[in-house]
Amino acid sequence: MERSTDKAVTHVLNNHKGGKQLQTVWDRYEAQQPQCGFGELGVCCRHCMQGPCRIDPFGEGPDRGICGATADTIVARGLARAIAGGTASHSGHALHMAHVFKKTLEGKAPDYAIKDEAKLKAVATRIGIEVEGRPVKEIALELADKALSEFGDNDKALIWAATTVPLGRIEVCAELGIVPTSIDCTVAEVMHRTTYGVDADPINILLGALKCAVADYTACHLATDLSDILFGTPQPVVSKANLGVLREEAINIALHGHNPLLSDIIAQVASEPELIAEAKKVGAVEGLNVVGICCTGNEVLMRHGIPLATSSVSQEVAIMTGVLDAMVVDYQCIMPAVATVAECFHTKVITTMPIAKMPGAEHVAFNEENAVESARAIVRQGIERFKFRNPDKVCIPQESSTAIAGFSAEAIIGALSKVNAEDPLKPLIDNIVSGNIRGICLFAGCNTVKVPQDHNYVEMVKKLLAENVLILATGCASSTYARHGFMTSEATKKYAGEGLAAVLTAIGEAAGLEAPLPPVLHMGSCVDNPRAVDVAAAVANKLGVDMSQLPVVASAPEAVTEKAVAIGTWAVVGGFPTHLGVVPPVLGSKLVTETLTATLKDLLGGYFIVEPDPAKAADALLAVIDERRAGLGLS
Amino acid sequence: MEVIYVRADRCVGCKTCEIECRIAHAEEKTLFAAVSQARPPKRRLFVEQGETGKAPVICRHCEEAPCIVDCISGSIYRDEQGFVRRKKERCMGCWSCIMACPFGVVVRDADAHIAVKCDHCPDLDTPACVAGCPTKALQLVDVDTLPRERRKELLLKKEV
Repeated sequence: MERSTDKAVTHVLNNHKGGKQLQTVWDRYEAQQPQCGFGELGVCCRHCMQGPCRIDPFGEGPDRGICGATADTIVARGLARAIAGGTASHSGHALHMAHVFKKTLEGKAPDYAIKDEAKLKAVATRIGIEVEGRPVKEIALELADKALSEFGDNDKALIWAATTVPLGRIEVCAELGIVPTSIDCTVAEVMHRTTYGVDADPINILLGALKCAVADYTACHLATDLSDILFGTPQPVVSKANLGVLREEAINIALHGHNPLLSDIIAQVASEPELIAEAKKVGAVEGLNVVGICCTGNEVLMRHGIPLATSSVSQEVAIMTGVLDAMVVDYQCIMPAVATVAECFHTKVITTMPIAKMPGAEHVAFNEENAVESARAIVRQGIERFKFRNPDKVCIPQESSTAIAGFSAEAIIGALSKVNAEDPLKPLIDNIVSGNIRGICLFAGCNTVKVPQDHNYVEMVKKLLAENVLILATGCASSTYARHGFMTSEATKKYAGEGLAAVLTAIGEAAGLEAPLPPVLHMGSCVDNPRAVDVAAAVANKLGVDMSQLPVVASAPEAVTEKAVAIGTWAVVGGFPTHLGVVPPVLGSKLVTETLTATLKDLLGGYFIVEPDPAKAADALLAVIDERRAGLGLS
Repeated sequence: MEVIYVRADRCVGCKTCEIECRIAHAEEKTLFAAVSQARPPKRRLFVEQGETGKAPVICRHCEEAPCIVDCISGSIYRDEQGFVRRKKERCMGCWSCIMACPFGVVVRDADAHIAVKCDHCPDLDTPACVAGCPTKALQLVDVDTLPRERRKELLLKKEV
């Protein structure tokens, strides 16, 4: 199987100088073949020590585990725990952000500040904090406490969920009993109900899983809001994406992981003249070159225009260019293999978080109370490695694409307001009604080793753009489209259908770009997916309909992580038909499979569409968009 | 004669057969002892990924066994039940058997410097891989009665 459709990644895989013993994710995937079918079907249970138990999918062997759990129960429990795992990750990210926000206000983290007062006030107003006539710090402190209380034991619906989705959604969730009152208690509840001898009713377990997914949405939204307040709400910015952004004559430092608390500070210190001078002193004539990988790469791309080197599945390939002096990581999606691959080169892998260390890497604790000094120390580690670089091992590919990123919900509304200042949503809605914009698709999620990198994304987007579907992207989906040149004005001319191209051209010109908006809008990292919900909610509220009626769909065509499962599930709860291009481990239960792909449609409007073939998947999403348009009386 | 029949459509690729095979060839016949052995036992069958599915590949104990023909030290022989086996002490590690086997199921034990292959578990009533398969993808069948069963199945199908 082809490993990647990204030319830069392919070039390095074929020409790297790391030696024959070097193994990448693709080699390890091959070595794992064939993979265990019980796991693939989700019918293996290891929740107690009487097990492990497996259900025979062919019906000749055991049809239940030792405790009596059927395939339906086991599959539902496994899915619920995956969602809890994803929610715990986003909770950890959001809580980290909230702690530092509070410390900042208390003067304990002097290197952070409220950078976006307008966002602070907007969020405060939305969650019911009095803003008028109060000092900023007082508002912020109340907001910090409200944020922190979202993680604890409450008796009211989570504020960040209840104040950001249309009323119709809240009613649907209340009716199903899936309104969470705490982020962390909901994760704990899923772990409790799926442990030995608690919840055995597959449907009841799935409802618990849906509730947990709403908690995940809440954590994501909260994290995004606090990031914007601390680091600024993203606005359109032009940068570059792909491995060609690495430079032979500079110290190359890659920021990899998720939370901007670390990466944003490093992005700030990297422009300090002293550090640049230090870099030049060791022989790097072009100074410091900070690049991004994975979602923290998206964070610093949007806010600082830092170029994006590559996405999650190809993280090792950045090291294999032979010019990466340091890879600085925080948490999530960091393969422990990077430390092994780094052994073949001079690259230093630096872990920074107390909960995320790895053998073979150097741990430099990042201290938020002394963030700038910590960040400088980390950058200096990269500078020190430069002299160990082996010129014979350099393999930098040519490819990099221009990418316009930074389309937060605020930035999109901002661009629309240039067309209609009084009613910014009107041009968007008018064009949806007229059919110039047939629908909207949010691409989210990861890159998987199970699909040639980016193949599903690119094939699907070409088809959808030609059919006038406006594309939003987050996470490694946005990285894919940035690397493949879909985030440019030229891409609009090349790929967008006539109606969509006209709309993007009109908005681009009104916004003073003198060129069309890109056809794929980079909305941020994977934790930023709620930005897309904000836009959909605004449109739904304006039209007076529920989100489940909008011609809006979502797709995770190359999903990998538990976080992606959680996000996909809350997209379904949000009323959006959600495509998965990789089959999740649920097919061992007909009941669960049917519930996810059909029954949920009646209950929530949203449901899963599982289709590995990208062309068929695009057709399926177009059919759904047309069905929704017909439901709204649009042709 | 009883042989191991692979029902490829039943294989889910869990590799339980490989683990059971190693346990059956361990010093103590338990999983925990087998993984703790200084030189862990080698597997004698191999679950592979094909174009259309997964399946274990296993020694066929051929009547005209190329591995016996090519074994120059007399290590590989046919036992009284008809199964092709290897005498450990006679193997000199020339790997002729590995090159001769068309199924790729004779392999090198790099620690012991000898060839390793399926011995059909002579001390067990049912070979460990067959006994352990959770989906019954591996079954013992009698090659002398199998054709008749097949013919009957065919007729039954036609009647339907």
